[in-house]
Amino acid sequence: MQEKKTIPSPRKITTEPRFTDKVFRGVVTSGGLIAGLLLGLIGFFLVFNGFEAMRSAGLSFLTGFDWVDAIPENGQAASYGIGAMLYGTIVTGILAMIMGVPVAVGTALFLSYYAPEWIKKPMVVVVDVMAAIPSIVYGLWGYFVLMPHAEYWAKLIHKYFGFIPFFDMPAPVFTRSPFIAGLVLAIMIIPIVTAVSREVFAQTPLERIQAAYALGATKWSMIKAVVFPYGRGGVIGGAMLGLGRALGETVAVYTVLNLVYDIRIEVLLSAGGSVASMIVNKFGEADPVELQALMGAGFVLFMVTLLVNFLANYIINKTARE
Amino acid sequence: MSQTTLNVKPEHPWKLTPKDLVTDLLGALFTLLSTLAIVGFSPLKGKLGFALTLIVMAIVTATVMSWIRLDRKAAVNSSTTVLVYIAASFVIMALASVLYEIIRLGAPGFSLSIFTKDMSETASDMPLTEGGLLHAVIGTAYIVTFATLIATPIGILTALYIVEVKGRFAGTVRFFVQAMSGVPSIVAGLFIFAFWMIQLGNSYSGIAGGFALTVLMIPTVARTAEEVLKLIPQDLREAGLALGATQWRTVAMVVIPAARSGLITAVILGIARVVGETAPLLLTIGGADAINLNPTAGNMSAFPYYVWKNLLIGSENAISRAWLGVFVLMILVLIFFALARYFGAAKGSRK
Repeated sequence: MQEKKTIPSPRKITTEPRFTDKVFRGVVTSGGLIAGLLLGLIGFFLVFNGFEAMRSAGLSFLTGFDWVDAIPENGQAASYGIGAMLYGTIVTGILAMIMGVPVAVGTALFLSYYAPEWIKKPMVVVVDVMAAIPSIVYGLWGYFVLMPHAEYWAKLIHKYFGFIPFFDMPAPVFTRSPFIAGLVLAIMIIPIVTAVSREVFAQTPLERIQAAYALGATKWSMIKAVVFPYGRGGVIGGAMLGLGRALGETVAVYTVLNLVYDIRIEVLLSAGGSVASMIVNKFGEADPVELQALMGAGFVLFMVTLLVNFLANYIINKTARE
Repeated sequence: MSQTTLNVKPEHPWKLTPKDLVTDLLGALFTLLSTLAIVGFSPLKGKLGFALTLIVMAIVTATVMSWIRLDRKAAVNSSTTVLVYIAASFVIMALASVLYEIIRLGAPGFSLSIFTKDMSETASDMPLTEGGLLHAVIGTAYIVTFATLIATPIGILTALYIVEVKGRFAGTVRFFVQAMSGVPSIVAGLFIFAFWMIQLGNSYSGIAGGFALTVLMIPTVARTAEEVLKLIPQDLREAGLALGATQWRTVAMVVIPAARSGLITAVILGIARVVGETAPLLLTIGGADAINLNPTAGNMSAFPYYVWKNLLIGSENAISRAWLGVFVLMILVLIFFALARYFGAAKGSRK
């Protein structure tokens, strides 16, 4: 008896996803795109609402020093310029980098190469907790706890280095200065700079480290010859991420900085600027026209921090990939 | 030919000999004594003078000692070692000071009755036994819950899009989300104000604050979730697909259960990130002293707002209230932080 062979017809091979997968991909894609588009939406709505103020002020919106409301009775026109605040933001940001980044890189080195095992874990927790503390807490601490000390330090700096124009002092008011704001910001950016630096330090090839030691290098010569050249990009990127955070910090700066619409190079003087703090400061009593100007200021701040962040992430990603 | 066997005794040349140990201890002693002497007999005074002198003397002693023992390279190594240790101790000191002051200034006002009363009949200047922050508890609970409900699905979908679907825009979305985590919180507040209030004509409310916090929470959730999903072994996915599952089934029944504790960590980290945010709430919730049970309308309060308001009032009792608010807020943040670490450590899904 002959068996009859039935050959099943071959299943169609297709790369076409099933219906459920199509739905799944659609949902996930839309979720991902919402997050991606959010950045664009933020920019769009700030421009949309702030455009009138920026257009009417023109370039002086960026360079002007005045923030004056219109007083119709006197025939005084409104004039909004964020030049002084923008300058102040950058000054406090740079001060925060100068004071914070060395400590953060030192801490990252400590965690990567110096710390004994038993202190490493608690130290990582310390840095993580510092990152988790809300900015208002830093603001309160900065104002009530740090400022009395920092004022004294500022006086000492002025006394011994007053001949340097930055540390000169036209009026002896040392509280709420860019120096103190920079100090608070420095503490706030330490966690992120430490975290990013530590990540790139951890990627340093072990064989190069061992090669350096085998050649008789001390720990520091090894770091100088191997770790720093390899991780330079990451450290720079991390510092810039910190700068981005510092530029956008609002509440902590508001409490420890005296906003003055003027450009001064004396960083110990109680007069500084911050775009973010100004927005909070002026928001409460803003009329619709001023609100537009505040939206414009928010847009400028948004663009500046975005630029710094893009650059920082680009540098970090490039370093990480090598 | 006879073989001679060398009996090599294991040595530990890197270990400190008793002689080294003694000199090290003497060095430390010298640093301390010389600091005390300098502070005692020179114009340098106070804690700052002591700290600065101690740092300088520590560097000088360590450098000189290694130079005498070995050479210039060792001396440089010693001084940088001291500097690195100083940097780390600065960080510990800063955190210790923050936590210590919060407890010192915030804990005395703490009692359970603050969770039963609001500030509708109490002025901030009154003693802390009057009034409480129940309205802030309710406000924060509403706002953070709302933000979590929106940000969690979007954040996890974003991570899935980047890691699982790997769509055409995956790289772009990843880059944008990365940049978004650096958006200043005040800008998020302004955005919601422009969109939700000006454009759509709503007024201050709890959900407006929730929206603002959503903007800040999405990047944290998305980036942590992305890292967690990347740690799931590719084998698991391939096994699921080889069994004939669709991608949807693989993700839902294999990948997500495997990553569950990590995803919970992502959400908790997101909550910890936004629970203390102040600036966006100042622009969106309006602030209130009384309990508002309706999150969709009417001014709402929150912990950060409570602290902010009392800080601006500035009288003695108001400042104490601000510290009390910070104390409770920090307890909340630390609870979320501990939870995140607990879930993160549960399956080793974090590095």
